[in-house]
Amino acid sequence: MLTLYGKNFTSRLLLGTAQYPSPEDLKHAVEASAAEIVTVSLRRESARARTGQGFWALIEELGCRVLPNTAGCHTAKEAVATAEMARELFGASWIKLEVIANDDTLQPDLFGLVEAAHVLSADGFEVLPYTTEDLSVAERLVAAGCNVLMPWAAPIGSARGLINKDALKTLRAYFPDIPLIIDAGIGAPSHAAEAMEMGYDAVLLNTAVAKAGDPAKMAEAFAKAIEAGRLAFEARLIEPRDMAAPSTPVAGTPFFKIDHVS
Amino acid sequence: MKVLLNGEPFATEAHTLDELCSSLGFAKARIATAVNGSFIPASNRSATQLAPSDEIEIVAPRQGG
Repeated sequence: MLTLYGKNFTSRLLLGTAQYPSPEDLKHAVEASAAEIVTVSLRRESARARTGQGFWALIEELGCRVLPNTAGCHTAKEAVATAEMARELFGASWIKLEVIANDDTLQPDLFGLVEAAHVLSADGFEVLPYTTEDLSVAERLVAAGCNVLMPWAAPIGSARGLINKDALKTLRAYFPDIPLIIDAGIGAPSHAAEAMEMGYDAVLLNTAVAKAGDPAKMAEAFAKAIEAGRLAFEARLIEPRDMAAPSTPVAGTPFFKIDHVS
Repeated sequence: MKVLLNGEPFATEAHTLDELCSSLGFAKARIATAVNGSFIPASNRSATQLAPSDEIEIVAPRQGG
């Protein structure tokens, strides 16, 4: 059971809603993923196109809990105003907090992130910050009031998997009681499974499903990988070792001669 | 008066944010608003007077990751 700010979820996969070939593909992918949480954004609404109104109807059909983001915000002020608009629109106070430092890497602006997390937490928001694997920043986010952390695996949309496993392991070990969600940079189900095997609580992804040749099938593949990774973590993995160790019993090996042993 | 609506110059007769939203057909739409970088709750739109060059954002839910 995944618990985020007092709400319980069976699925440990959070799915983004962007970049699907069609609204139908999005719907099928969400169904196949069994995700209970989908992320959305806020964008400027045109009086003529009214695109957001149609999108809202589609999202309501999915029946998932909606986690709005502050994607594209470059300052704490922008992120705070966007979060406030999201809270009114969706009638919920949780927010995937993004403050972006650089458009090429889409890496979080950790200073702006901590600043916005302080303001929003004090205002009653349940903040899920998109951050890096940096431990000192994680400590500040928790001190600011964040009860969930969402470190990246790799830059958004890069599909590179867990590029700093050591730091992610440290983060997991350091915060045993804070839900940790890998957010961004996942490309393959094996990446997601690895994060889950490391003890991460959930995985948030979008591009790897939306841009796959068959988004619904890939969503199912991710759901299975995440479930398998979680089971493996709960079952406790064996330690790697340098030398071989026979799995088949040595005693009673046919044709065994003592001079084989040096 | 000329304002900046969603980043574009826009001429309007509206005096308040509420009037502007209604004039755009957003009276019952799922939107949220900000003026000059600050969030304006729906309940405050009718009390929010517009001034020339105000920067107004009207947003709605959209696909996101």
